[in-house]
Amino acid sequence: MAGTEPIKIAILAMGGEGGGVLADWLVDLGEHNGYIAQTTSVPGVAQRTGATIYYVELYPRVQAERDGGTPVLALMPLPGDVDVVLASELMEAGRAVQRGLVTPDRTTLVASTHRVYSIAEKTAMGDGRVDDHNLMAHAQRAAGRFVRFDMAQAAEDAGSVISAVMFGALAGTGVLPFSRAQFEGTIERGGVGVKPSLKAFGAACARVGAELEAPAGTGQTGTDVQAGAPVPVQPVQGVPRDPQVRALLGRVAGGFPASAVPVLIEGVRRLIDYQDPAYAQLYLDRLARIASLRVEGEALLLQESARHLALWMSYEDTVRVAQLKTRATRFERVRDEVHAGSDQVLAISEFMHPRLEEICDTLPAGLGRWLLGSGWPRSLVGRFTRTGRIISTSSLRGFLLLLLVAGMKRWRRSSLRFAVETLRIEQWLAQIEQAAAINPRLAVEVAQCQRLVKGYGDTHARGWRNFETLMAVVRRAGASLAPVTLRELSDAALADEHGDQLRATLARHALA
Amino acid sequence: MAERSFAEEVKKLRLGAGELFRGEGILAVTKALLESGVAYVAGYQGAPISHLMDVLADAQDILAEHGIRFENSASEATAAATLAASVNYPLRGAVTFKSTAGTNVASDALANLASGGVTGGALIVVGEDYGEGSSIMQERSHAFAMKSQIWLLDPRPNLPAIVRAVKSGFELSEASHTPVMLQLRIRACHVHGEFVAADNVKPAFTVRDALENPQRDVNRIVLPPASFLHEQEKVNERWPAAVRFILERGLNELFAEGTDEIGIVVQGGSYNMLMRALLRLGVADVYGNSRVPLYVMNVAYPVVDSEVLRFCQGKRAVLMVEEGQPNFIEQNIATILRQAGSATALHGKDMLTMAGEYSAAELLKGARAFLAHYGRVEPAAVEARQPLKAAVIPLTPIADSVNARPPGFCTGCPERPIFTAMKLVERELGPHHVSADIGCHLFSILPPFNLGNTTMGYGLGAAGSAALNPPAGTPQGKRAISVMGDGGFWHNGLTSGIANSVFNRSDNLTIVVDNSYTSATGGQDILSSTAQNPTRSTGHAIEAAVRGVGVKWVRTVRRTYDVAGMRDALKEALTTREPGPKVLIAQSECMLNKQRREKPLVRQAAAAGKRVVRERFGVDADTCTGDHSCIRLSGCPSLSIKSNPDPLRSDPVATVLDSCVGCGLCGEVSQAAVLCPSFYRAQIVTNPTRWDRLRQRLRQAVIVRLQQRDARARARYAF
Repeated sequence: MAGTEPIKIAILAMGGEGGGVLADWLVDLGEHNGYIAQTTSVPGVAQRTGATIYYVELYPRVQAERDGGTPVLALMPLPGDVDVVLASELMEAGRAVQRGLVTPDRTTLVASTHRVYSIAEKTAMGDGRVDDHNLMAHAQRAAGRFVRFDMAQAAEDAGSVISAVMFGALAGTGVLPFSRAQFEGTIERGGVGVKPSLKAFGAACARVGAELEAPAGTGQTGTDVQAGAPVPVQPVQGVPRDPQVRALLGRVAGGFPASAVPVLIEGVRRLIDYQDPAYAQLYLDRLARIASLRVEGEALLLQESARHLALWMSYEDTVRVAQLKTRATRFERVRDEVHAGSDQVLAISEFMHPRLEEICDTLPAGLGRWLLGSGWPRSLVGRFTRTGRIISTSSLRGFLLLLLVAGMKRWRRSSLRFAVETLRIEQWLAQIEQAAAINPRLAVEVAQCQRLVKGYGDTHARGWRNFETLMAVVRRAGASLAPVTLRELSDAALADEHGDQLRATLARHALA
Repeated sequence: MAERSFAEEVKKLRLGAGELFRGEGILAVTKALLESGVAYVAGYQGAPISHLMDVLADAQDILAEHGIRFENSASEATAAATLAASVNYPLRGAVTFKSTAGTNVASDALANLASGGVTGGALIVVGEDYGEGSSIMQERSHAFAMKSQIWLLDPRPNLPAIVRAVKSGFELSEASHTPVMLQLRIRACHVHGEFVAADNVKPAFTVRDALENPQRDVNRIVLPPASFLHEQEKVNERWPAAVRFILERGLNELFAEGTDEIGIVVQGGSYNMLMRALLRLGVADVYGNSRVPLYVMNVAYPVVDSEVLRFCQGKRAVLMVEEGQPNFIEQNIATILRQAGSATALHGKDMLTMAGEYSAAELLKGARAFLAHYGRVEPAAVEARQPLKAAVIPLTPIADSVNARPPGFCTGCPERPIFTAMKLVERELGPHHVSADIGCHLFSILPPFNLGNTTMGYGLGAAGSAALNPPAGTPQGKRAISVMGDGGFWHNGLTSGIANSVFNRSDNLTIVVDNSYTSATGGQDILSSTAQNPTRSTGHAIEAAVRGVGVKWVRTVRRTYDVAGMRDALKEALTTREPGPKVLIAQSECMLNKQRREKPLVRQAAAAGKRVVRERFGVDADTCTGDHSCIRLSGCPSLSIKSNPDPLRSDPVATVLDSCVGCGLCGEVSQAAVLCPSFYRAQIVTNPTRWDRLRQRLRQAVIVRLQQRDARARARYAF
């Protein structure tokens, strides 16, 4: 029984995202520095964006020659027997842990903490994202050493690719018997994008090296992720010039419990921006009703009502969209998002599809109703709105058109949509009050049901249908409805587009 | 032009005697073919053997120098039939395809080839697409070898062994007048290793020689009475000849003979992983020195009775390590032992899983079970689980946080909008039966589209819905929809699907996805490719072929990203009163290939100071309400989600990643499906012309002023 153990490295990546490059680099690194190298993968369709594993084994050539043998290298990782796991993304790191490839006794896990969301997470109607902290915890617990940071970001900063950063991080850990110069030699031999790759490599290598020097102890390095954490409300800065606004803020500070103040401030800010101070006044009037209920646990009820009322009162109508699309801040944001340089010319186009319904919404209530119910005028307008419009906001014609629509804000209060929404909001508030009388927790759930109503066109209609279904349940069931059940129902409403889950849940609770 | 350029690999094909070849297993096979004096090569691309075809396609000059004929066969059946050249002539020929998918298609020709037998060495290199990463039904090529009596080589997965197998394969074929199948598992095809090359050999007898001196022997043709003769030859002459050759050359290997009274029989292909398991169990070292005797079957078929008996001689028990099912070899060995009255106990599928890949973990489990049963190692301590650090306590099981990540359409894929349109039509006309095909378009069966009921094989999408036609004379209701790729169309779909539906007066709709390549196999050219290929004839329109076989209702959508147009075309096809088959050809170039071709050109142009226009999409977070309908109608890798910047909202908003190639689908969908106004298209002009700048300045002058006015108005209320 002679020989030693090969070095075993597994790379978990998504097809076509650099795992192959990394594997080839490792082979080159080994072969140019006295090692027999073997790598395998299972490409084919897995390459098309799916999760896939590249596996590398390295064996010292001198050792093999001394022992007069040829090492028999494995073609796939054996759980519990992997020295290094490189994961190009956090969920893939989790997958490595799940497959038993990461073990405390021997595995150094080098993972990027950024997320490439799975289709299940992306297609959810609400927030379908998995818990990053859970992934981190499992990785931390399973790994002997866990080196992690946002390597996608690091790659972007260096104008390079993630494989270069991961290669650098690996070099930084010092788990492989190769010098930094030997690593860099491999990148240079690669010949493509050498400069940026070396930059990315160097930064990652130094970073990991430094972190490992730093206060010894757990052996864990890297920064933790904070995805999904809600954005904090921007506090009041300075004294507003406008007296009405000062009055509103005064009322918020004076008339409502401290815990609800941040949300109310944001609500007021949102509604002034959406319409005017008077509209924000209406917002506070409505909330005062909730505040005056004086039920136990009112703080939470008030917060949630304030949050959802602000969202509802700032419903996305054509005017609002035009308003937001034409702002300078938005133009800057787009320029930034698409990385357009100052020496480049940028054109922005919007994809709008205003249908008869949206047009009627913006018309004065009476006129809007008439047109909706009319015969040939309706079909005439309908004919003109069958296809969508592409509007170039960066062109004069397009910009002025949208600015005109945004200007219709001054007539918003008389529009059909405003009348409809006002009625709906009042019914909803009444529902909250009634529920609060029975059970404040139920009232909170009722307030939160607003989250069902979002989007535009058909999406909005579907959301509204579900909302009404749930409100009907609340009315019918009354005191007998447990808050948890209502939460379950609203989650079900967000489970699928066809309402199958909702129907099933209603049936299960005999509420259908 | 294939997905990858093999310019570098082609150089390796010129290596001479004593030089070190480093590369992929399947490329080592290619080199070994040249070293074996092969006279012709043919095949049909497909993972895991696509690279063999691609590298030869890039090595036309070398092939010409050696007078080798190279064919990109129309199908695996064509490839197999190509071996007919070795029946009458001493021509060494090799064909390749993925298995068992390709072997199924090839089996008619293979059966006839094996019946008459061969004069020149005939080698069939099959890429066994089995287990993890496989995209096909899980079967064994072994069955084909047995039923047609084709010898099956299953070498150890290292380059020297693979190269040896190619060379001895030709010799075995010639020595036994029988075609030989060389089976390489997917990981062996892609394994990177090294071997010492030999000089390439020009074929002693070339295709031209055959054409100039035609020969025939009626006894080689499959027709009675010759076919009865063939059956006798197979068992009385070819089989014994093969066994003699295998024994003389020692193609199978015995290790650690006589070291123990138990032993393990293993297929060459599973050797490396078995050795790793034995290393783990401490009964072997890293060099393959084992304490347990091993019989490595580099020839999986035929099983050599005398060798089996010699190995089992005086052994209490042997373990048969045979991946896949049925366990043909195990059954064969059981018969051999039984008939020899041997007392050796035979283990196999009783200790290793009957179904499923022999992964490292599975082999460790099986080997441990066997060795523990005979007291050679400790039985598996109830999986001594690693003591995990209690540093952090995870909230929920890892499974909760790890989703499946199946393959899907690439960013900007032109096939995606076809299924988006189908989803929109589904909303209006209700669901239809969808018969899917093999190819990237099969990803439609997965989320977010969830379209497709069955897939019956490459090019068989239309055939798969043949029965789903209402009886003649009954009123027409819903129609079945079939999907077929251009690859499958030319492979057999034109006849098996389209012509068949014409002849049988089908009323169904067939969508032919025409993206100019066989994309799923690596972007190879086909008849309808628009690319100019120096060695192949391209540019043959699918529409012409379809009309040629008599389809009256044919529509071609030239830009699949036009979702509204696509939707309307589909609706018309599904509702038209016109009888007979409907064929909708959806054209747009495979984005993977398009980007590969255009990206460098654009970069050069930009660097050269030329005017370059880049388009990409984006989402306005402040108008996006986080419903994600857009993603449910797309699933593009570049269309993702991010945390909501709005402190009042919690659901993530949609976002477009920098990998966006500006295909236009996002915009088309948001309009066609009346989703939301959040999408924007950004047009970025690099090196703008003087006119571009001037127009920009004029617009800015007005727009900025108006925006400032608006900003001032809001500043009044700001806090």
